[in-house]
Amino acid sequence: MPESAGASEKRVAIEARGIVKTFGQGANALRALDNVSIVIRENEFFTLLGPSGCGKTTLLRLIAGFEYPTEGAILLYGEDIAGLPPFKRPVNTVFQSYALFPHLTVAENVAFGLQMLGRSKAEIDARVSEVLALVRMQELAARRTDQISGGQAQRVALARALAPSPKVLLLDEPLSALDYKLRKEMQIELKRMQAETGITFVFVTHDQEEALTMSDRIAVMSKGRVLQIGSPWDIYDKPADRFVADFIGETNFLSAIVLGVADGVAKVRLTSGAEISATLAEGGVAEGEATVVVRPEHARAVKDGGQIAGVVENVVYFGTDTHIHVRLDDGEMFIVRQQNSRTQSCGFEVGDRAGVEIDADAAQVLKD
Amino acid sequence: MARRHFEIRTQPGFGLVALFTFAILYLPIAVLVVYAFNASESVTVWGGFSVKWFAEAWNNSAVQDAAWRSLVIAVFAAVIATFAATMAAIATTRTAPYPGQGFQYAFINQPLMVPEIVTAVALLIVFSRLKVWTGYSGLGWLILAHTAFCIPFAYLPIRARLEGMDLTLERAAADLYATPWQAFRRVTLPLLRPGIIAGFMLAFVISLDDVVITEFVKSGGQDTLPTYMLGQIRRTVTPEVNAIATAFLALSIILVTGFFLINRRKT
Repeated sequence: MPESAGASEKRVAIEARGIVKTFGQGANALRALDNVSIVIRENEFFTLLGPSGCGKTTLLRLIAGFEYPTEGAILLYGEDIAGLPPFKRPVNTVFQSYALFPHLTVAENVAFGLQMLGRSKAEIDARVSEVLALVRMQELAARRTDQISGGQAQRVALARALAPSPKVLLLDEPLSALDYKLRKEMQIELKRMQAETGITFVFVTHDQEEALTMSDRIAVMSKGRVLQIGSPWDIYDKPADRFVADFIGETNFLSAIVLGVADGVAKVRLTSGAEISATLAEGGVAEGEATVVVRPEHARAVKDGGQIAGVVENVVYFGTDTHIHVRLDDGEMFIVRQQNSRTQSCGFEVGDRAGVEIDADAAQVLKD
Repeated sequence: MARRHFEIRTQPGFGLVALFTFAILYLPIAVLVVYAFNASESVTVWGGFSVKWFAEAWNNSAVQDAAWRSLVIAVFAAVIATFAATMAAIATTRTAPYPGQGFQYAFINQPLMVPEIVTAVALLIVFSRLKVWTGYSGLGWLILAHTAFCIPFAYLPIRARLEGMDLTLERAAADLYATPWQAFRRVTLPLLRPGIIAGFMLAFVISLDDVVITEFVKSGGQDTLPTYMLGQIRRTVTPEVNAIATAFLALSIILVTGFFLINRRKT
C-alpha cells in the first residue's frame, strides 16, 4: 500500500490486519471485506471512501464492535480488540441516524457514556458542559431530542460520542442527512473539533468532495477491497487505477503505449502519435499498452496545435468555468475545463475543430 | 378523465350501516347502565332513579368476596403474564431473523387461536388431577390458568413497540460503554414502557373478564365477579347485576383513559 513518508512518525492508533468479513454461508455467502489492511495514525482524519456496498461501513462496524471479523485482527494501540464487545472498546461512534435516546434530554444524552463509565457527578457535569460548548449547544442542554433540528441533533450526537474522550471517533456518514449548506458548515466544524480535541477520526462517506476537503488521508474502497490509500492530493492527482480515477472527480481516459520509464516518469505515445511524459501509478505498467488519465482542468482547448485534436461536440457553461467536450479523432471523448472570464467567451462553438494541449506533468499512467 | 380513488365514505348506505353498527354495539350497554339506576325490582320496567342497587351490591358480602378474588387473580396473572411476555417479545425481536420464527410467533399466540372452551376443558382435566396430587386447591390454579391465556394479549403490544424501536439505540448504548443489562435498563426498558403498560392493561382486563376458563378451573367457593354474575342471572335477574356490570364498565373506562393519558404524556 502506498503510504506517505511524513505520516509514519506518529503512533499507530488503529490497524486492521488482513480483515475478511463474510455474511451468510455457502453459496449465498457475501464477502463484504476481502483481505483489508489499513493503518490509521494518531490524530489523523482518516476517511473510508467508496460507493454504497463497498464495505466501508462494515469496516467501521468491525472497529466499533457491532460485527466481528471472519478473519484478521483489529489492533487499537497495538492491542487486538477484534473479539471485544462494543462496550469494552474505547472508541465511540456518531451514527448516520444519530441514534439519540428519545427519552433523555440533550444533556442526559451527552452524559450517558460517562455515567456508564462510572464517573462522578461533578466530573460528568463539567465534561458535559465542556463538550456542549465545543459543539455550541449549551443553550439547548435541557431540550428533549425531538425538540431540536436535524443539524442540532447532529451536534448532540457528536458531543455524546466525544464526551467520554474516546481514543478513536468513528463517524458513519454523519453529514448525509443534512442539507447542502449545513453540510458545508459541519465539514468545517468537524475539522475544527478534530483539531481541538486531537482525537483520531475515522470518517465514512460516499461523497468524494467531502473526503477531499476534510481528510488527512483517504482509503478508496470498492467491492470489499482497498484500492488506494493516500492524501487527498495523492488520490486526486495520482489515482492508481481506473476505479479511483473515475470515482473521484471528473477525468479523461486516453489509450496510450508506454515507450519507456526513466526516473519514475514514463514516456507514452498517444493514439494521435504525440508523445508526452506521464507519472506512473505504483505497480503500474512499465511497457506496452496502458491507460493514461488527465483531469479536465489540466488541459486547454486551442485553435492550433495541441498533442491531440478533434471536433467540439458540446460546450457547457458552469458559471465559474466552461466544459468543452471534444470528440477526438480516435473516437474517444475528452473534456476540457476552462476558467471563464467576464469579457471573453471560451472561443469555441459546437462543430469547431479544436486541439487539446495537455499540461506538462498532468498525465498519470494507471495500473490497469 | 382521471379515475377517482375508491372512497368508502361516499358509498350509498355507508352512514346507515355505521349508525346501525354503533347502535348494536352501544345501545344494549346504554340500557344496562340506565337500568342499574332503576328504583324498581325489574330490569325492564322503569321505576324511578335510585342508586340503591349499587349500595346493595356494595354491601353484598358475596359480591365483595368475588370482586376481591377477581382483582387478586387479575393483578397476579397480569403481572406474571406481562413479565413473561416482555421476555418473549425481546427474545423474538432482538435477534436476526431465524428459521422457525414464524412458527414461534404462532406458538406464543396460540391461546388466541385455540377455542377457549378447549383450553378450559383441558385445564379442568389436568388441574383436577393436580389438585388431588398436590392437595392444594387454592387460588394459585386460577392465577396460573389466567396467566397462561393473558400472555399473548400482553405480548402483542410489547412486540409491536419493540419492532417499532430503532435497534441502533441499543447499539449506541453499547457503544457508550453500557453493558447489555445497562443498555436494557437505561434504554430499552424506558422506551418499552408504553408497550408494557398497554400489555399489562390488556392482560388485566382480559383476566378480569374471563368466564369460561374460570368456570371450569375454579374450586368450590372460588367465584370471580363474572362467574358470580352468571350464577345470579341463572336464578333471578335483579338490577344488582346491572349495577355490578356498570361498575365494571366504569373501571375499564378509567383504566383505558388512564392509559391513554399516560401514553400521550410520554410521547
